[in-house]
Amino acid sequence: MSTLIAQIQAPHIDYKELSPLFALAGGSVIVLMVGLLRSRFVRTVAVPALTAVALFTAIGLTIWIWEPGNREPILEGALGVDTLSLGLSMLFYVAGLVTIVLSLRSTAAEQAGHGEYHSLLLGSIAGMVVLAGAESLMTLFIGFELLSIPLYVLCATHLHRRTSLEAGLKYLVVGSVGSATLLYGLALVYGATGALEFSEISRAIGTDAVSSSDPLLLTGIALCATGLAFKASVAPFHQWTPDVYQGAPTPITTFMAVATKAAAFAVFIRLFDHAFGLSQLDWGPALAVLAAVTIVIGNVGAIPQRSLKRMLAWSSVAQAGYMLAGVVVGTELGVRATAFYLAVYLLMNVAAFAVVIARERVSEHGDDLRSFENLFTISPWLAGAMTLAMLSLAGFPPTAGFIGKFYLIDASVGGDYTWLGIAIVIGSVISLVYYLRVIAVMFMGRYEVELPTIPPRRVRPVAGWSPEADARAQPEVLAVAVLFAALTIAVGVWPEPLFDAARDVSSALPGLH
Amino acid sequence: MTIHLSIVLFLPLACGLVAARLPGRAARSAVLAGPLAVLAYVIVMLVDFETGGGLQWVTNDEWISELGISYKLGVDGLNLFLIALTAIGWVACTFVAAFSVVDRPRQFFFHLALAETAVLGAFMAQDLALFIVFFDLMLVPFYFLIGGWGTGERVRATTKFVIYTLSGSLLMMAAAIALGVLATPDGGEISFALSDLANRPVAAGSQHWIVLLFALAFFVKAPLFPLHGWIPETYRSTSIPVLALLSGVLSKVGVYGFLRIVLPVMPDGAEYWQELFIILAVFSILYGSILAFSQDNVRLVLAYSSIAQLGFVVLGIFAFEEKGAQGALFQMLNHGLVTVPLFLILGVIAARARGSESLSELGGMAFRAPVLAGLFLVIALATLAMPGSSNFVGEILILFGAFENQLVYGLVAAVGVVLAAVYMIRLFQGTMHGRVGPAVESREIDRVNLAAIAPLVAVIVALGVYPHFVVDRTESDTSQAIAKTHAEVSVIK
Repeated sequence: MSTLIAQIQAPHIDYKELSPLFALAGGSVIVLMVGLLRSRFVRTVAVPALTAVALFTAIGLTIWIWEPGNREPILEGALGVDTLSLGLSMLFYVAGLVTIVLSLRSTAAEQAGHGEYHSLLLGSIAGMVVLAGAESLMTLFIGFELLSIPLYVLCATHLHRRTSLEAGLKYLVVGSVGSATLLYGLALVYGATGALEFSEISRAIGTDAVSSSDPLLLTGIALCATGLAFKASVAPFHQWTPDVYQGAPTPITTFMAVATKAAAFAVFIRLFDHAFGLSQLDWGPALAVLAAVTIVIGNVGAIPQRSLKRMLAWSSVAQAGYMLAGVVVGTELGVRATAFYLAVYLLMNVAAFAVVIARERVSEHGDDLRSFENLFTISPWLAGAMTLAMLSLAGFPPTAGFIGKFYLIDASVGGDYTWLGIAIVIGSVISLVYYLRVIAVMFMGRYEVELPTIPPRRVRPVAGWSPEADARAQPEVLAVAVLFAALTIAVGVWPEPLFDAARDVSSALPGLH
Repeated sequence: MTIHLSIVLFLPLACGLVAARLPGRAARSAVLAGPLAVLAYVIVMLVDFETGGGLQWVTNDEWISELGISYKLGVDGLNLFLIALTAIGWVACTFVAAFSVVDRPRQFFFHLALAETAVLGAFMAQDLALFIVFFDLMLVPFYFLIGGWGTGERVRATTKFVIYTLSGSLLMMAAAIALGVLATPDGGEISFALSDLANRPVAAGSQHWIVLLFALAFFVKAPLFPLHGWIPETYRSTSIPVLALLSGVLSKVGVYGFLRIVLPVMPDGAEYWQELFIILAVFSILYGSILAFSQDNVRLVLAYSSIAQLGFVVLGIFAFEEKGAQGALFQMLNHGLVTVPLFLILGVIAARARGSESLSELGGMAFRAPVLAGLFLVIALATLAMPGSSNFVGEILILFGAFENQLVYGLVAAVGVVLAAVYMIRLFQGTMHGRVGPAVESREIDRVNLAAIAPLVAVIVALGVYPHFVVDRTESDTSQAIAKTHAEVSVIK
C-alpha cells in the first residue's frame, strides 16, 4: 500500500499563489453556514460583511502575490498565476464588492436567502478566477461551469417576479448550449493537437503534425469562439442578453455585465492570443467580422429601447464588439487595450447601473426612461453620475471611455485592422443616439420617444415617494454611483496607473509581438 | 517652458466651477471674472508677442506616454488672433447672458465656461490627440447649452448637432490614430506632437484618405456645403449668446485645423484633394449667399452667410498661396468679430419685436434707435466687405491668392462678394428701415448690449484702419503653414 502511494506523483501545488481562491471558496462556505442562523442582524448585516471580508482578503492576497513576469503554474498544467489572471481577478473582486453594496436593500437577497445569495456570488467569482487562470482546456471548462451555474440561480432570485424566473431559465438554457458548444470545440482542439495544456497546444500548432490551418483544429477554434461568444454576448449569439439583463435583479445584472464579460474576455485573450496565436491569420478575419457585426447590431438594437436595463444590455453587446477588436489583432498592444477597456467598462457600467438601481427602487416607472425625467432637479448627484457614465460609454473626452476607445483604435490600426477601427468609430456615432437621449431626458425635460408605453407598476417605495427622502434612503447606492463616475473622470485625465496595470497584464502572455 | 497658457486655458473652467457653488449675485461676478481674466492675459500676450518668433509660451509635458500623447500648448501667428477672438467673444456673450434672465444660471454659466476652456484648448493644442480631445470636449457643453436653454425643438436640434459634428470628429480620430501609427518609424516611439508628425512623412497614398477624413470633420464644423444639414435646426433653436459663440468662434476651429494640421503634416494629401475642396468652397460661397438672400428668418440669413464666408476661408487656404492663406486667417478673425455682435444685435432686435425674428414682421427701427442702427450699419458694412473694412482686406487677399493659380474659381468666388452686399443690405434695410413692422416697438439699445457690442465695433473699425497689426504678426507663420504644399496650376486657367 505504501509503495503504491509513493508511486503516484502528486502535482506540485503552490499554496501561496492559490490563497485568493481559498479565501473565496472558504468565504463561500462560511457565508452559507452563517446565513442559516435565524437572527435578522446576522442575515442582513453579518452575511454581506463576511462576503466583503472574503473579497477584501482575496484582493489583499492578490496584491501580495502580484509579480509581473511570474508564470509559474500553481497546479502544474492546470492553473497558472500570472498578471493576466491576477489583474482581471481584481476586476471580478471589485465587481463582487459593488454587487454586495448594491444588494443591501435588494429584495432578491431577501427572497433567496442572504446566505445562499452571497455564497453563490462568491462561488461565481471563484469560477471566474479559475477561468482567468486556466492553463489547460480542462480547467477552462471547470472554471466556465463554476462561473455559470451560480449565475443561473442568481438570475432567478427574484422569486416572486415572473421575468426574473424567466431570465434564470433562459440563461440556463442558452448558457448550456454555449457550454456544450465550447466543450465540443475544446474536444476537437484536443483531437487536433493531442494536447490539453495551452502552451503545448501553442507549440503543436504549426509543426508538421498539425498545420495552422488544419480543418479539425479550425473547426474546434470556431466552436470555442462560438461558446465564448455566448458568454461575452457577441453577436449573433447575444439574443439572450436583453431579456436576461432585464429580468435578473439589477445588482446581479450589474455583476453579469461587468464581471462575466471580463471573465469571458480573459479566456478569449488566453485561448486565442496565446494557445491559438499561431493560426491568428486564419481566425483573425472571422473574429474581426464578428466584432464588426456585434458593434453594429448592439448599437442599432439599443436605439429603440425604453427600458434602461435593456438599453444597457444592448450597449454591452456593442462594447463587447469594441473589446473583441483588441483580441482580434493578436498583438500585445491589443491585449493591453482590451484589458484597459475592461477596467474602464467596469467603471462606467457600475456607475450607470447604480443609478438605474436607485431610480428603479423609488419610481413607479421602474427602469423605464420616464423614471429619469428631470432627474437633475430631483437628484443632481445621481443625474451627474449618470451623465458621466453615458458620456464615457459614448466616448467623450475627458472620460475614461475616450481613452479606452483611443487605445482600442490604436491597437486595431497598429495590427493592420484599420477598418475595424473605423467600425468602432461608426458604432460610437450610432451609440450617441441612445446615450444622449438619456442625458436629454434627465436635463432637458420630457423627451418623447415613439414607443408603446408600459403600464405603471406598483412598487414599495423606499421612502414614501419623496425625492429627498428617497435620496437619503439609499446613500450607499448614491455613493457607488458617484464614486465610479468620479473614477471615470479620474482615469480619463490621469490614465497612467491603469496603463501600467494593463502593461503588466499583457506581459503575462509570451510570444506576442 | 511656461505655465501661462495652462493658466489661461483652465481659468474659465475654474471660475465656472466656483460660480456653480456661489449664491446669486456673487456667482454673476465670478462667471465674468474668468473670461475677463482670459482677455487681460490675451491682451498682454498680444503686446508681448514676438513677430516671427515661432511657437511661444510653449508648455510641453508628457500626458499619456503609452499612447504618445503629450500635453503641449503653444501660441504662434496662426492661433494668436483666434485665441484673442475667443477671449473677446466670450467676454461679450457672457456679459450679455449674465445680465439677462437665465433659467438655472449656475449650470448655464458652468457650461459656458467649460466651452471656453475647450475652445481655447483646441486653438492652443500643439499635439494632434490633445487637439481632438478639446475638439470633442467642445461638444459636451454645447450639447447642454443648446438642449437645455434653447427654444422650440431644442433637444432634436442639439442631438442632430452633436451627432453631425461627432461623426466627423470620431472619423478624424481614427484617421489621426492611423496617421500617428503610420508615421512612427520602425522601432520608434509613437508620438502625436505636431512637430514630430511634420517631420515624419507618411506615404502619399495613406495621406489621401487621412486628409479626407480630417476634412470631413472640419467641413462639418465650419460648415461647408454638403455637410451643413445641422445648420437650420441648430440656428433656430439656440439661444442668442450661445449662438453668437457657436457661429462666430466655434466655426473657426475646423478651418483652423487645416492650417495647423493638414497642410503642414500631410501636404501630399492636401494637394490631392485641392481641386475638390476648392470646388466645394466656391459652391458654398454661391449656395450660402443665394440661400442667405432668400431667407425670411434673420438667424438663417446669418447662418447661410456663414457658410459663404467660410467658403471664402477654405478657398484662401487651398489656393496654396501666401496671400490666400494670409487672407483666410485674417478672414477667420474678421468673420468672428462681425458675427458675434451681429447675433447680439439680432437679440436686441427680437426683443423689440415681441421675439419675432422674421424679416417680414420687422422694420423701421432706425428712426427711434439711431445708436442701434449706427452700430448695426458699421457691422453690416464690415460684413459685406466694404472697402476700408478689415473684411475687405481679408477677402481681397483671398481672391488675390485664388487668382494666382485658380483664376476661374477666383472669378466665380468674386461673385460671392457682390452677393454678400445684396443679402446684408437686405437684412439691414429689412430690420432698420422701411415700414414699421406690426409687432415692432422701437426703443434704443439697452446699456448692457451697448457695453457688449460697442467695444467689438471699435475693434472692427480699428482693424479696418490698421489691418497690418494682424497681417504683420501672422505673415511668417501662415507662409510656413503652406510652405510644403505646391500649388498646382489649375487645368482650366
